[in-house]
Amino acid sequence: MDDLYRDYILDHYKRPRNFGELDPHDMEALEHNPLCGDELGVHIRVKDGRIEDLRFHGHGCAISQASASIASEELKGMALEQVGELDADWAIELLGIPVSATRRKCALLGLKVVKGAVTGDNSWPVGSG
Amino acid sequence: MKTAESERTTAVSTLDVRDDFPILSRHIDGRPLVYLDSGATSQKPAAVIDAISDYLSEHNANVHRGVYALAQESDAAYESARERIAAFVGWEPRTTIFTKNVTEAINLVAYAWGRTNVGPGDAVLTTQMEHHANIVPWQVLCRERGAELRYLEVDERGELSLDQLDRELARGDVKLVTFTHVSNVLGTILPVAEMTARVRAAGATSLVDGAQAVPHMPVNTAALGADFYAWTGHKALGPTGIGVLHGRTEILEQMEPFLTGGDMIASVDFDGATWNELPFKFEAGTPPIAEAVGLGAAVDYLSALGMERVRAHERKLTGYLLDRLREVPGLRVVGPPEAENRGGLASFTIEGMHAHDIAELANRGGVCIRAGHHCAQPLMRRLGVAATARASVGVYNEPVDVDALIDALLAGRRVFEL
Repeated sequence: MDDLYRDYILDHYKRPRNFGELDPHDMEALEHNPLCGDELGVHIRVKDGRIEDLRFHGHGCAISQASASIASEELKGMALEQVGELDADWAIELLGIPVSATRRKCALLGLKVVKGAVTGDNSWPVGSG
Repeated sequence: MKTAESERTTAVSTLDVRDDFPILSRHIDGRPLVYLDSGATSQKPAAVIDAISDYLSEHNANVHRGVYALAQESDAAYESARERIAAFVGWEPRTTIFTKNVTEAINLVAYAWGRTNVGPGDAVLTTQMEHHANIVPWQVLCRERGAELRYLEVDERGELSLDQLDRELARGDVKLVTFTHVSNVLGTILPVAEMTARVRAAGATSLVDGAQAVPHMPVNTAALGADFYAWTGHKALGPTGIGVLHGRTEILEQMEPFLTGGDMIASVDFDGATWNELPFKFEAGTPPIAEAVGLGAAVDYLSALGMERVRAHERKLTGYLLDRLREVPGLRVVGPPEAENRGGLASFTIEGMHAHDIAELANRGGVCIRAGHHCAQPLMRRLGVAATARASVGVYNEPVDVDALIDALLAGRRVFEL
């Protein structure tokens, strides 16, 4: 099996979970990966301080799409406070594949856009490790 | 099957210079390096590497100042490089200015020519197929000067309309027309001489970005008729850090300097300064001396190969590349369909695979190709694609490199279960 393009990565790429529009929504953001022009947006619906539902939209490579898709399943139901504390390590561990320096931004685009929508801080997530 | 393949391969003539390029003996994960990213930067022949090494080992000194032997040797090496580099593209050394790259050359024109010659109500005309380097400086200039930036449209074949150029020029407000010689995404070769003649007849000034042309085909800048022609060393087998701007004498003489400081002055007192003669007026500070020596060796190398032969080789190789890309299911090439009308590159998409993933999987086969927007985001939007993968050839590529690319793309499709 391929190290990077594992079955579940390709599955999430080809059949991304929680993709599309969500209307009405309470929060939204749109981000670009300046290196490749990829675009990823998110709509978030909030209830009782937690993410009730969310949808990603946009286009990108297998790594960025799968990363957003996998993260979307974890983010549903998460407290907004906790979302604000998520770091790069969280996204990369969740993805579960070795990510080279050049593909790191692909892997982090999903988290970047969600944190941007929730906290207004749209800087690239950093890792503790 | 095997026979048909080798027949097809040998039908493409080869320059057979791979051994001149030390880096091409490298292996990536046990596979021979297949370098198909010359559109981004070229690899360097030993002749260039040795010339730079020899200059730094034997002759290094600053130029235009010293009286000692090394300084005189450096002066001679630097100015001899300028003469050979200018002659290589049919221009005069006195109006051949060394910059850092094409981006700096275009910024030089935008700043030192544009600020004086473009004003409120004027227009700058560029094209939809430009590199960001030939868009952003004009956006900044036009915003600052209250001028309008307009674009010639790219059609479905990746070409421009000369009728639209005529219509734009007939509006009477165009001061500058700036366009690429060869598109770095589409590969389109623009009819430069026809375009500059029309621009000249309309009383406007022309600038041509030759970054993707000079390394790959015979270029005679005098015959092309542009007022400014810019290209870069590192794509032309030379080192990074040196670009070239050729300009018409009468225009350069009227221009104020771009960067100011040392070397570009005739005299300085506490109240002001006067400018040095051409080309030094536009070369502030210590110039890229070793880089000029390296680029001088590069144009010597290309001249010895013969640019007609280089173009013939790359045209056949590009034809072979286009033919073989058609074998990959779901693959779509953007730009002119025939190799006759394009430089040595092909940008493409594969249905069901993002360009980044295509490049990543090509690398598994030791094949270096580029993926992304190629610094041409407006064009990508015009083409309706987010990103493309791009294979681009150089003098050192051979049909086996194309074969390795196709094998890697087919293997990549299998990874993606397409």
